[in-house]
Amino acid sequence: MTTTHRTQATDPAASAGPSTLVMTETAVELEADLELQAAFVRHTTNIPSSEGIEIGPRRRMRAARVDDQFNVFGALAAGVAVAVLLFGWFGPLSGYVGFVIVAFIAFIGFYALLVSLKSDWQEVKDRVMSVVLSSAGVLLFGALVFVVAYTLVRGQEALPHLNFFTDSMELAGPLDGLELGGIFHAILGTLMQITMALIVTVPLGILTALFLNEVGGRFARFVRTISDAMTALPSIVAGLFVYSAIIVLITHQRSGFAASMAITVMMLPIVIRASDIVLRLVAGNLREAAYALGSTRWRTVWHVVLPTARPGLATAVILGTARGIGETSPVLLTSGVTAVVNLNPFEGPMISLPLQVFDFVKSPEPNMIARGFGAAAVLILLVLTLFAIARLIGGKGPGDLSRAQQQRVVAASARDLKRITVAADRRERLAATTADAWPPPSAPPTDPSSPAPTIDLSTKEPSS
Amino acid sequence: MPISSLVSPPLGDSPLGDAFGADPAVFDPSSPDSRPRRSLVSRPSISDSVFRSVAFSAGTITVLIMLAVGVFLSLRAGDALGVAGVNFLFEQDWSPETKKFGIASVLFGTITIAVIAMCVAVPLALGTALLISEVAQGRLKATLVTLVDLMAAVPSVVFGLWGVFFLQANVIPVATWISTYFGWIPFFSVTDATGQALTEASAFTSSAFIAGIVVGLMVVPTQTSVMREAFSQAPIGEREAAFALGSTRWGMITSVVLPFGRGGIIGGTMLGLGRALGETIAVYMIISPIFTINWEVLKTGTNSVSALIALRYGESSSFGLSALMAAGLVLFLITLVINFTASSIVARSRSGAESD
Repeated sequence: MTTTHRTQATDPAASAGPSTLVMTETAVELEADLELQAAFVRHTTNIPSSEGIEIGPRRRMRAARVDDQFNVFGALAAGVAVAVLLFGWFGPLSGYVGFVIVAFIAFIGFYALLVSLKSDWQEVKDRVMSVVLSSAGVLLFGALVFVVAYTLVRGQEALPHLNFFTDSMELAGPLDGLELGGIFHAILGTLMQITMALIVTVPLGILTALFLNEVGGRFARFVRTISDAMTALPSIVAGLFVYSAIIVLITHQRSGFAASMAITVMMLPIVIRASDIVLRLVAGNLREAAYALGSTRWRTVWHVVLPTARPGLATAVILGTARGIGETSPVLLTSGVTAVVNLNPFEGPMISLPLQVFDFVKSPEPNMIARGFGAAAVLILLVLTLFAIARLIGGKGPGDLSRAQQQRVVAASARDLKRITVAADRRERLAATTADAWPPPSAPPTDPSSPAPTIDLSTKEPSS
Repeated sequence: MPISSLVSPPLGDSPLGDAFGADPAVFDPSSPDSRPRRSLVSRPSISDSVFRSVAFSAGTITVLIMLAVGVFLSLRAGDALGVAGVNFLFEQDWSPETKKFGIASVLFGTITIAVIAMCVAVPLALGTALLISEVAQGRLKATLVTLVDLMAAVPSVVFGLWGVFFLQANVIPVATWISTYFGWIPFFSVTDATGQALTEASAFTSSAFIAGIVVGLMVVPTQTSVMREAFSQAPIGEREAAFALGSTRWGMITSVVLPFGRGGIIGGTMLGLGRALGETIAVYMIISPIFTINWEVLKTGTNSVSALIALRYGESSSFGLSALMAAGLVLFLITLVINFTASSIVARSRSGAESD
């Protein structure tokens, strides 16, 4: 657009008469100038009247044109056709993966060719790269969804049996059918281990994050560095630490407690880091407002920082839990494998879901493998549920409240207002009775700094 | 901090109390010495000092736990490292009973798997991050972001299952094809001891290639979310300037988004690399462990430090455990260096990317 305009203005042959063009241009400019000055003098914005101007339908900025769509579909058809020809008739090629790759490369080539018929090199690059980016996305999400769906589908064999959820493997051998035995013991073990880990992780993690954010100082920076370093700890090394420090030296047996300690070592840095980020996002002016109103540090934390960050903290904890539930390698070293329900975390092995999956699929028996997929499906569903809860809580930003929460906040602030007014009223009366005791004689009704009278009016507070 | 910045320059270094005390407009001049000068040192309330000490002790406990892991690992690893010495890094065999052990082969396997994982993961993560931050709009964008976060939470044992029961069988033709047509590149060839090329499917199972693909898929979500965040912070002014100069979207991406997001790309890649090096259970389920350096990545047999620990911890004597600790310590140090480098790169790019 700009280039065409420039050639018109500079090329004398292109325009009818350069002088007239300039003339009209200056005239228009002058008029606009005058108008602007008038607007300036009047100090008002000059809005041109929209009367008589037809408003057309809104233009879609990103709509694909018809020939764009034809380019995509045509190139797709050509690519598949080339691949069929190569694989079916001409070439010595075979295999699904090869077919897909050849079809994709042919598709990209044809697409570039089709686009280049009407556009320049820059646009060809743009179109082709858009398609390449989209296919990277499709490939990745396809693969990831497939991984999850594959497990869920293969788990269908075991999941319809109710005993799969209510029985342990105590009485079921490797050759028994799926109507015998289940993963009740593993589900219980997972729940107990994650609960024990959470009992340590949640208070310790959130308090440490509070320490990093609200107390601060040189030691806090050191704590942050150390906990960042610990996020790099490979999970198997955490398991090895618990195995050789707790099991070999102290308890001499694998137990649910040891497993939960290993999960704690893994989860703690994750929870600290996530809560640290959430607490850092609490707006500084909220804190400063609290301090300005004279609240102590602890009351600021309890009444301002924590409530504001609550959804984020819940998300941090739930995501940490999801990671902790899925950890297999630390549990592999510390919890031990068992087929029976064990409710004592300090005595005897206590298996958990991921380890049970690992243990099931080591067996060559198809029934055991089916059980393994069933247990993995249960594990995935557990993680998905936790994640959905985290989204539900954490989808909202800080301060973004539901209706019930809003009502509660309004009620609380009305209560506060009442309390403050009553207190101010009492103070006033006290000042009136002891007016001669202290030098500065206050004049309550005319003092503008005292908010009591206006509040009395607005809230209809019975002040007398 | 905020208070000191609020103090206006004329007051300078003089204490606040002095300034107010000397100001006749603030205090009533008729009763100059009616009250003693106010001390400005705040006396912490009881709740505050309790909060302070509880938070401080929580921080201390956290540090103690973390340091205990590090110190215990180093101390116990010291026994084995003292016996093996520098040879620990160059010995391929692993038999602590005969005092002949080293991590050359397992470390080599770990790095091979991680490099293959990066070859799979980085293009996918880069493409998907650009797709999410630049191409996708509105609802689709939000859905994709949620999906990426969700996939980061899928347990590794699920990926392991998929790798063993699905990918293994379906990727062998691809591996065979690569080794047939690209066998002239040394690490793509698959040969037996005499140098004869192998073609049967059994020579291609449980390889570093398959483990690398699975681990790569596992780390893609981590990398994608780091990169996406970096890309979305590319300044809007520069983006619009590129468009205003007549750039296409891809031109804008190459001239604005990618240069601004370079720190995010490098940092995200390294964070993913750290996770890939430490991954245990998926690798352990797929590979068949060997204790020699295997350059042929498509051929059966590889190893990794974490798989070694999972394999040998149970049968180990006290000295064997110490040797495993040493291997774990080396792995930890590598991931530590990678993570710290990555997070400093990400942090620096974030602070430098701001412009108006």
